[in-house]
Amino acid sequence: MALKAGVRVFRLNGLRPAVRLLSTHTRPEVQNAQNSKVAEFPGARAPYISELKFVSETSYDPIPIYRVLDHNGEVIDSKEEPAIEKDTLVNMYKTMVQLSQMDKILYESQRQGRISFYMTNYGEEGIHVGSAAALSPSDLVFAQYREVGVLLYRGMTVTEIVNQCYGNCEDPGKGRQMPVHYGSKQHNFVTLSSPLATQMPQAVGAAYALKRVPNNDRCVICYFGDGAASEGDAHAAFNFAATLDCPIILMCRNNGYAISTPTREQYRGDGVASRGPALGILTARVDGTDPLAVYNAIRAARDHALRHNRPALIEAMSYRVGHHSTSDDSTAYRSLEEIQKWNNDENPIQKFKMYLERKGYWDAGSDEALQKEARDLVVKTMQQAEKKQLPPWKEMFEDVYHDMPPRIQKQVKELEDHLAVYGEHYALDTFKPE
Amino acid sequence: MTALASRNVNFLTKIVKCVNNYSKRLSSHFIYFPDNEAPVEGETNKMNMMQAINNAMDITLQNDPTAVLFGEDVAFGGVFRCALGLQEKYGKDRVFNTPLCEQGIAGFGIGLATAGATAIAEIQFADYIFPAFDQIVNEAAKARYRSGGQFDCGGLTIRAPCSAVGHGGLYHSQSPEAFFAHVPGLKIVVPRGPIAAKGLLLSCVRERDPCLFLEPKILYRSANEMVPVDDYTLPIGKAQVLREGDAATLIAWGTQVHVLLEVADMAKEKLGVNVEVIDLMSILPWDEETVCNSVKKTGRCLISHEAPLTSGFGAELAATIQEECFLHLEAPISRVTGWDAPFPHVFEPLYLPTKWRCMQHLHQLINY
Repeated sequence: MALKAGVRVFRLNGLRPAVRLLSTHTRPEVQNAQNSKVAEFPGARAPYISELKFVSETSYDPIPIYRVLDHNGEVIDSKEEPAIEKDTLVNMYKTMVQLSQMDKILYESQRQGRISFYMTNYGEEGIHVGSAAALSPSDLVFAQYREVGVLLYRGMTVTEIVNQCYGNCEDPGKGRQMPVHYGSKQHNFVTLSSPLATQMPQAVGAAYALKRVPNNDRCVICYFGDGAASEGDAHAAFNFAATLDCPIILMCRNNGYAISTPTREQYRGDGVASRGPALGILTARVDGTDPLAVYNAIRAARDHALRHNRPALIEAMSYRVGHHSTSDDSTAYRSLEEIQKWNNDENPIQKFKMYLERKGYWDAGSDEALQKEARDLVVKTMQQAEKKQLPPWKEMFEDVYHDMPPRIQKQVKELEDHLAVYGEHYALDTFKPE
Repeated sequence: MTALASRNVNFLTKIVKCVNNYSKRLSSHFIYFPDNEAPVEGETNKMNMMQAINNAMDITLQNDPTAVLFGEDVAFGGVFRCALGLQEKYGKDRVFNTPLCEQGIAGFGIGLATAGATAIAEIQFADYIFPAFDQIVNEAAKARYRSGGQFDCGGLTIRAPCSAVGHGGLYHSQSPEAFFAHVPGLKIVVPRGPIAAKGLLLSCVRERDPCLFLEPKILYRSANEMVPVDDYTLPIGKAQVLREGDAATLIAWGTQVHVLLEVADMAKEKLGVNVEVIDLMSILPWDEETVCNSVKKTGRCLISHEAPLTSGFGAELAATIQEECFLHLEAPISRVTGWDAPFPHVFEPLYLPTKWRCMQHLHQLINY
């Protein structure tokens, strides 16, 4: 197919571990059109041809999946190994272990009725730490809901995370949202909302605002899933990012499932990445179970975004090893064998550990201690979080508006008067006094 | 040893206290009052609301070869399992997953109905219906009108789980009926349990106008009734008087009906009065006749819904009631609703229009 050759590959300069990024210009070659000139319609510059030609997803090669490590944690091509300091690498690993232990314990705690809901991150830890390490802490994050590793890497404490899940009086979100709806202004991580893909056009708008700041050195990263990419907001985000020249990294976590819906029922064609070139966005696809591949891709994408004020799309391929959430039993729609196969063969934590061990940065002894330490921290934190009261009930009415309007003030008073008489029927002692 | 024992006792007390608090916090806020009368003769089966909805869709797919059922995660039964087993029974071309896109689901359903099919579209949570707002409000509701009656999408029914569930927070708890009640051309229905759900859903499916069927998700498993096995429908636009009384008229729909039924019992016991309880069932069109006749009789009216006070559907009811029943009213119409704040997670027990808040308002209403 002539069009296949139209997908060009080039290297970005300025980055030692260069990452191959696909050009956004997938224009058909002109070679077939000897007798024709290039048409200049307002909507397309393209050659005329005299033979009707349809293109389909098979007209192009699939966008390849970039990786640095193989499944044993061995570097495949030493030129591609990023120069990351030992401390950073170890910190990336520690974050993954902490995340995994936190997932284990908080998932169990939901099962015991201690918290109302939880979502694990199993299988995607590499995307979290690989991207977080490649970003500047000042880059603004718009996330979906399965990216808490980014917050951990940025320094949000396990205590803050657990407090959010308990919705207690030390939850930065004041107990208003369900568990896992994190947010931290301090860590440049915009508070999550449950509706899918709504954060995407918002992220693009934020990137536009950053671009207009004099001497801007911040970009936006927007995480979203393979399911969310089907929402209308996703298309709006891609198109706005491209046409309005926004410094944003659109980071798709393609983990194969949107709750029960497998990607073969979510889209046809070459995944989410193929939409990038179609909309004029620099695009690459990476192995999301390989933290180093994610790191290199995000570094390159960030460089592109800030240097040219242009968007980049990264599709990180992974597998959602856990259930969608505590409300889901994924064995109703996929086999245990499938889950185990991915967890064993392409486990991001395992392969990264083997990489560190090979480099002599890590050993089995340190690992055992780390696992225990990570576990103990979560257990201890949970015990403390459980003892904390819920926020004062009046927090329910705060922050609806900047200043509480009289109509809401009246409602606060009404509830106050009600509780003065009927207070015994409510678990008021669970709420912190004002 | 004694120290150990007392430590254990302390620990136990702590656990009991903790469990009590959690049960206070996480248990449902109402007692379910099952319907004991079947609307039609014949065999009945014990069903919860999820099963009754499943049964109505089963009957539809069985009898109407054009009928299709679709939405996010519907193939394996849907996240609330309402479509369980239907793909196996009717095939992948009739019961299927869509990509994750609510505007797509609504638009696709409008298209199906325009071309003559019966479409049952599931939106995973009513809180996620808003990307489909344009399709529902500007397209479904106006299809017949704008085409001079040439086209319509009456074959479309959109189902969406709604309302409080105990731990849903901002985006798994909302009751959006009032947004849609502002749209001429739609019909909106909210069942209070399995018998109502089956009859009303079958009506919606066969209705000549597009319908929005809002399912209080907390009832899916907690509400059990003896549901007729046969095909039957309940009329859209008709309210049901569940308790007769003369002291006041209490109006609700969905889960809140059960709160008011308990309030009616409490009123009898504590205040010694009989109140009338009306399940509105249909939000659009709503049964003015039944409601106004009742208020003219009782002279007092309390409306309760989970959605926020301001511009909640109670406002529409109150305005019409004061127009129609002005000279009969003995007290201002009382609205007991969710507060004018987003639906909060840990504050849910204080956000909801609880039986105690309803009781307090009823007391004031009667003593006005």
